[in-house]
Amino acid sequence: MTDKQRDVLLSIQDLHVWFELRRFGFGHAGYVKAVDGVTFDLHFGETIAIVGESGCGKTSLMRTILGLNKPTKGKVVFEDLDVGALRGEALRQYRAKIGYVQQDPFGALAPFMNVQQILEEPLRINGVKDAQERERRVRKVMEEVKLTPVDDFLHKYPHMLSGGQQQRVVIARAIILEPQLVVADEPVSMLDASVRVEILKLLRGLQEKYHMAVIYITHDLSTVRYFSERVFVMYAGNVVEKAPVNSIVHNPKHPYTAALMDATSDPDANNALTFRELPPGEPPSLVNPPPGCRFHPRCPKRIENLCEVEEPYDLPADDHLVACWLYK
Amino acid sequence: MSKDTLLRIEDLVLHFKTQKGSVRAVDGVFFELAHKEAVVVLGESGCGKSSLAKAILRLLPRNIDKYTGKIYLEGDEIMGMEDEDYRQNVRWVRMSLVPQAAMNALNPVLKVGDQVAEPMMIHHGVKKEEALVQAAKMFQHVGVPVDFLDRYAFELSGGMRQRVAIAMSLVTAPALVILDEPTSALDVLTQANIFNVLKRLKQELEVSFVLITHDIATSSELADRVAVMYAGQIVEVSDAHRFFAEPLHPYSRMLMASVPRLRANTEPEFITGQPPSLLDPPKGCRFADRCPKRFAKCSEEPPVVNVDGIQVKCWLYTS
Repeated sequence: MTDKQRDVLLSIQDLHVWFELRRFGFGHAGYVKAVDGVTFDLHFGETIAIVGESGCGKTSLMRTILGLNKPTKGKVVFEDLDVGALRGEALRQYRAKIGYVQQDPFGALAPFMNVQQILEEPLRINGVKDAQERERRVRKVMEEVKLTPVDDFLHKYPHMLSGGQQQRVVIARAIILEPQLVVADEPVSMLDASVRVEILKLLRGLQEKYHMAVIYITHDLSTVRYFSERVFVMYAGNVVEKAPVNSIVHNPKHPYTAALMDATSDPDANNALTFRELPPGEPPSLVNPPPGCRFHPRCPKRIENLCEVEEPYDLPADDHLVACWLYK
Repeated sequence: MSKDTLLRIEDLVLHFKTQKGSVRAVDGVFFELAHKEAVVVLGESGCGKSSLAKAILRLLPRNIDKYTGKIYLEGDEIMGMEDEDYRQNVRWVRMSLVPQAAMNALNPVLKVGDQVAEPMMIHHGVKKEEALVQAAKMFQHVGVPVDFLDRYAFELSGGMRQRVAIAMSLVTAPALVILDEPTSALDVLTQANIFNVLKRLKQELEVSFVLITHDIATSSELADRVAVMYAGQIVEVSDAHRFFAEPLHPYSRMLMASVPRLRANTEPEFITGQPPSLLDPPKGCRFADRCPKRFAKCSEEPPVVNVDGIQVKCWLYTS
């Protein structure tokens, strides 16, 4: 194995996740192609952001990485493990190596458990039998996520905490087993503006301290640059653009990425004076996506007789990889 | 009050009775809105902004402890009106609401066209056929194809359902529409689309908006004026251009600094601490605990100071 290969923590290889549609319970009626040919590598200690609108397949991708969905085709490889083939005890051990930060903190915390019980649960499941050791680790992780003074929070129930504090508990639970990878699914979208930045900075600090890899899933481009090194933009089950974060913010290549950027507002009173240019229509159905490039029916830069016929593949443009025929 | 004033709210108070005591959800709200203008009420969750919408439209639960103040709509004081009079002549006739998560509140077993037509039938006493014609007109205004009148809510996407909810609020041609977080559950492109629709409606139908939101960046898409709410109170009312360039109240400033920006290289800052409980808010300025500019005076209730037309509730600006 060469040095370069050893660097890769998680490798997604031509991943397809399809869900079968049934008619009257048993007749086959097609597939929802939620993830349709996604390939990328994630290195040790790297943070990437996956940006896309609802229904673009980002959650299905994440669930497959967590081992909650099985790949229809292609592979998810974590270190040397083929995640799709793991069963039983091996799957449980794999899940201890990845943390998961849910979108809705209140929904993710059991209402009948207090903070201590919530944070002890992963330790119990993963065989930390000594109660004192468990409490020591719970206290340590609470200090890390700044749920201090610890004694004030230890016996509180989720409903007694503010949204930001609940999200800190969720993060603490995700990192208590010191995972190599944390998957954060829209971790701040339910929080207030003033708390959002605080939670993102906390997550970033923990990532640097423990050298964890983080996959940050979001629909909000404006938070991406404060958090990740690389950005992947997803549209209708495909990754359409992969690029370093500063480069994508200043110079988006794919027409869809450009449209997303144009639709994102910064606080500026002049916004009220003009209408925004937006691509017409809505994302396609994933049961029967358009042939060729999936964005072509909405694309202002469509090339006739090419975009609607042939599916684009990753083409290099500066330091980006763009699935768009414009860069051929 | 100038002739052009559409809505004027003076010292509006709405307290709820609970087992733990009185929750002071709305505790001294004031602002003014001219015809064809949009005012944004900005605030974080729990600051009382949704209660404010309910207080203006008198959509109240039973556990009211205190409900006082003055609301003038086109010069008429409406707080003193009888409930039945208010229901028949104000709510949905002169003023309507797009409630929070309206897109998920459509009736699943009624065609959306019938739902949009219903306020016309109730408030203007017109026949269903006529009301449906009006509903079709509204669909065109908000950009929903007219043949969607016969569809059910589950057949529409989130953005389309939100447009239907907006059509429903506009069908009776009210002068004022209150929008409570109209785009918070929508995707970026859909959000931008809805704001395009609202901007166009403001021009075409000459309607005014009160936009209640926590999202500073998108609120600038519609705002002519901005009112900042903190712990039940309005702390600053300003013109949008001046507000987004440089807000005055320390809370507004910190809130603005917390916004991640796509096009500027600023590092967002967060506000430490939490808003006070509305059960027992502190005596003086409610932001004092978290304020970097706090001084001795702040333990007393700050006055509303007029700084070149910007109203700000802060001791820093008293001369």
